[in-house]
Amino acid sequence: MIRLSIPARQALGRLALPLLFAGAFALLLLGKADALLAERARVAIADALAPLYGLVSHPLARVRADLAEMAHLFSLASENAALREENAHLRQWQSVALALEAENKTLRANLHWIPDPDAAYVTARVVADAGGVYARAVLVAVGSHHAIEKGQIALDDQGLVGRVTEIGARSARILLITDINSRIPVTLERSRARAILAGTNGEMPRLLFWPQETPPEEGEPVVTSAEANAFPAGLPIGTVHYVGASPMVVPAAHLTRLDIVRVFDTKRASVAPPEATARVSRPAPPGVVPHEW
Amino acid sequence: MARRAASLHDLWPRLDALARAAFPATATLLGAILLALPQGLAGQSALSPAWLFAAVFFWSLYRPAALPPLVIFALGLFADLQGGGPIGLDAIVLLALGAATRRWRRGLAQQSFLLTWLAFAALAPSGMALSYALTALFTLTILPPIPAVAAAALAIGLYPLLALFLIRVHRGLAHGAPG
Repeated sequence: MIRLSIPARQALGRLALPLLFAGAFALLLLGKADALLAERARVAIADALAPLYGLVSHPLARVRADLAEMAHLFSLASENAALREENAHLRQWQSVALALEAENKTLRANLHWIPDPDAAYVTARVVADAGGVYARAVLVAVGSHHAIEKGQIALDDQGLVGRVTEIGARSARILLITDINSRIPVTLERSRARAILAGTNGEMPRLLFWPQETPPEEGEPVVTSAEANAFPAGLPIGTVHYVGASPMVVPAAHLTRLDIVRVFDTKRASVAPPEATARVSRPAPPGVVPHEW
Repeated sequence: MARRAASLHDLWPRLDALARAAFPATATLLGAILLALPQGLAGQSALSPAWLFAAVFFWSLYRPAALPPLVIFALGLFADLQGGGPIGLDAIVLLALGAATRRWRRGLAQQSFLLTWLAFAALAPSGMALSYALTALFTLTILPPIPAVAAAALAIGLYPLLALFLIRVHRGLAHGAPG
């Protein structure tokens, strides 16, 4: 520690605030100019905190689960009756699904359909909210030998969550579909029309650029489209809901209470380049059930 | 070297004083980390800025020596790196909040709780407005203002609760302080 005279120290103290302001502004500009540097700093912090987050979030999740369990105890009988009824209903649907699957299989064999390759995925726990007031993102803890790459797609049990934007040694950041910077090519299921799903930082992202002749219908399911080759086609996103005159999408995924997400490696499922098509144009051997999304 | 040779009796009060001096900054940091954990709350993203605003305001008002500008800068930088916004933004906003609080602390520290709350109710939205304007400027997008308004409102609404807790801590810290 350097010993300074009192006036010198006072002068330094008065200088500290303007200097720190200037430093913060310089960081703002630097982060804007060199996004990679900012990303690296962010990843370093996330990696350092990931074990701590993991340590604290486990017991917290446990307490939440226990509380939910206790709430269930009170509605057990009525829930049981409802579930029984639903189960009977679903049994009927199951037989329909099995019949359709068999039909699908024979039709595919007849059509020489090239099956989509299986998508590999890893499952990871969401350990922290990595957004803030002006961003929507989550941090997932992944093992130290993970194979997660930038641009991979995250889903929860209900639907699309977002895309991996930053990866560290122990953690990965996922930009949610509700973030204002998120743009996703989608298909409206009933009309098969293409559109863009744009995040708003609110709970519902907005549909943009849909064809004028086929406006999105209320309640219409929205799935990903393979356009731009960023996503495999047909991943469930949500349903259309009109707020005023603008069509929004209610996400199927529980974006405000994410717990566990699956991060898909869809690179193998991407469209093969033209020079490679000659090699993959052979039909699939019959009996191979292609993986369904 | 001479200091290290000081007796063990000297060490304990020194550690105690160090812990007391470091508490405000450490608690603020830990709070920010805990609030980033997924709690399953809908408005969770507004909690962390509310906590940072309240803590920086409170400690700059009652114990400014424990939260010097350098520490505020570090806290802001940490919040920036943890969140998804532009890096340096929270540092600027918190520094401004801390500096404004310090400027007025002579008049404000003796006032009743209601008046300090009113002062916070003026400062928190100003800070949020600054952060909103800077974010919009640096991302070149017109951001939805609702989350920022909600965060400011949450900060003002939660301040009495946090102050109740922090005042106890502050008294505790002052109470047993040596000399």
